Amino acid sequence: MDNKSRIKIYEVDTEVISNNYISNDYKHLVLRAPSRALDIVPGQFFHLQCPTFEGSISFLRRPMSVYQFSKKEKQIEFLYKLHGKGTRAISNLKKNNIFNIVGPLGKGFVIEENYKNIVLIARGVGLATLAPLGNLAFEKGINLTVICSARSKEHLMSIDLFNSLSNKVITVTDNDGSSSMFNLELLINNLMSSQSVDAFFTCGSNRILKLLKKVCGLNNIPGQIALEQQMACGIGMCFCCVRPFEIGDKIIQKRVCNEGPVFRISEALPW
Amino acid sequence: MVDLKTNIGDIILKNPIMPASGTFSEDLASVFDIDLLGAHVAKTITAEIRSGNATPRVSESGYNMLNSIGIPSKGIEDFKKNILPIYKEYNTPFIASVSAPSADGFAYICDKISVPGVDAIEINISCPNIEDDGKAFAMRPNSTFKVIEKVRSITNIPIWAKLTPNTGETIEVAKAAQDAGANALVVANTILAMQIDIKTYKPSLGNIMGGLSGPGLKPIVLRMVYQCSKVVDIPIIGCGGISNFEDVIEFILAGSSAVQVGTATFINPNVMLSILSGIKDYCEENKVSKISDLIGLVDDKNTPDTVALMEIDI
Repeated sequence: MDNKSRIKIYEVDTEVISNNYISNDYKHLVLRAPSRALDIVPGQFFHLQCPTFEGSISFLRRPMSVYQFSKKEKQIEFLYKLHGKGTRAISNLKKNNIFNIVGPLGKGFVIEENYKNIVLIARGVGLATLAPLGNLAFEKGINLTVICSARSKEHLMSIDLFNSLSNKVITVTDNDGSSSMFNLELLINNLMSSQSVDAFFTCGSNRILKLLKKVCGLNNIPGQIALEQQMACGIGMCFCCVRPFEIGDKIIQKRVCNEGPVFRISEALPW
Repeated sequence: MVDLKTNIGDIILKNPIMPASGTFSEDLASVFDIDLLGAHVAKTITAEIRSGNATPRVSESGYNMLNSIGIPSKGIEDFKKNILPIYKEYNTPFIASVSAPSADGFAYICDKISVPGVDAIEINISCPNIEDDGKAFAMRPNSTFKVIEKVRSITNIPIWAKLTPNTGETIEVAKAAQDAGANALVVANTILAMQIDIKTYKPSLGNIMGGLSGPGLKPIVLRMVYQCSKVVDIPIIGCGGISNFEDVIEFILAGSSAVQVGTATFINPNVMLSILSGIKDYCEENKVSKISDLIGLVDDKNTPDTVALMEIDI
């Protein structure tokens, strides 16, 4: 048996090109990476080795979904929110620093052959996870609608990117009340009365998951969600990152790192 | 050319590096050719179907990890149908790992998996995440003896007893395992630990307590290997916090015939390969032609005399 042909996960040193703030608590990390590690499916993630920072140790790697990548440019990008020890350590990376990453990991989004119209809907940093899916849909000539939700206008991520991929980018915020589930449901129903929708894709919001479970169920439309869970190995060995899923009438534990991070909305359970 | 071969009883390993149970699966073949390893050690299975403990299942503490995974298991049939065939494709000894709530339970599952393709069975009598308060058979010589004796009576496949650092009776437990018929000792498992989030006042693990692994565990387990190697004749497989080739050499000098690498693989999935090339280079530089020549070579003969407590006149 040819064991070499199985190898598709790489542990590589990358070089920091930039690591800039894009808002108060969001940063954009751009890395130069060996191209062998860049055969990436949108929705896949990398496991990042956080540097030690001011005596604070992040022993385990941190999983992070890919924001953008280019095999040709040998570049991979992450968009992250500073919220813990690990991301704070990553935020301290400077240009030319060496940063060790493992990936690509997990199973990404699937665009079925028959998808002609898809809707991406996400909130906050969840939009970063959907960004490479937007690129892929654009390349495939798929009609793309993007609904971006956030606390305020300042927290709307990647709007310029999505605008370059789609002429139907809708933004909703908590500030003006437009991001309420009531309004989102109305928005989606209006969209479905004006065009057909072959699939929904989402990430990052429990409330949007609940809404999409309802919408997808009522209209018999498939949907996919990228989920998060705390991880140790990131590869499938340790069974740390399990979440419950409803499969038929059973509740089954699946590993987010290995069976996911992308799952069917019909099987995903709100948390 | 360095000879890295090492024997665990009748089982010849091409090198002394194998993964620790629970930190390895066929998924690692997506990272490197796992046929380069000395052995493959499967995740522990139980006869009953178990879903494992509540999340969070891991947390970190300095350069160490706490886990309370809790042995999720799909049972014996799933193991035979879906796990075992994968490893038959490799030219590497395959070690199953089992747990059970009683000596009879251990005997039952060992009987069921004594099948071609299983080269040895690791008897996990040391997982701190199954019983309340981390209790495990390997904490006492009596309960260790009962389990191993029962398993020995039911299978001819080599059995490796996996010991625990959560005991004050390391030597007695090691002897009990040998006397009951174990073919090797795996020394050891994780040490019972816990951690509290000072913001939420909640334990960091869903199971409250869990097992600590990582570099902090290494000197503790190294001491256990040293103690065990003084009192048993069966081979010892060191396991605990091994992260680099220096750790491996230390464990071999303390009396290990082979080692298991666990948590380090989570941090660097290629670490077992780096360790392999590290021990090869070490042997070449130090003119060691056979790594097995180093087993138990710790030089503890000419240590300085203890300074006796002196009486002080007041």
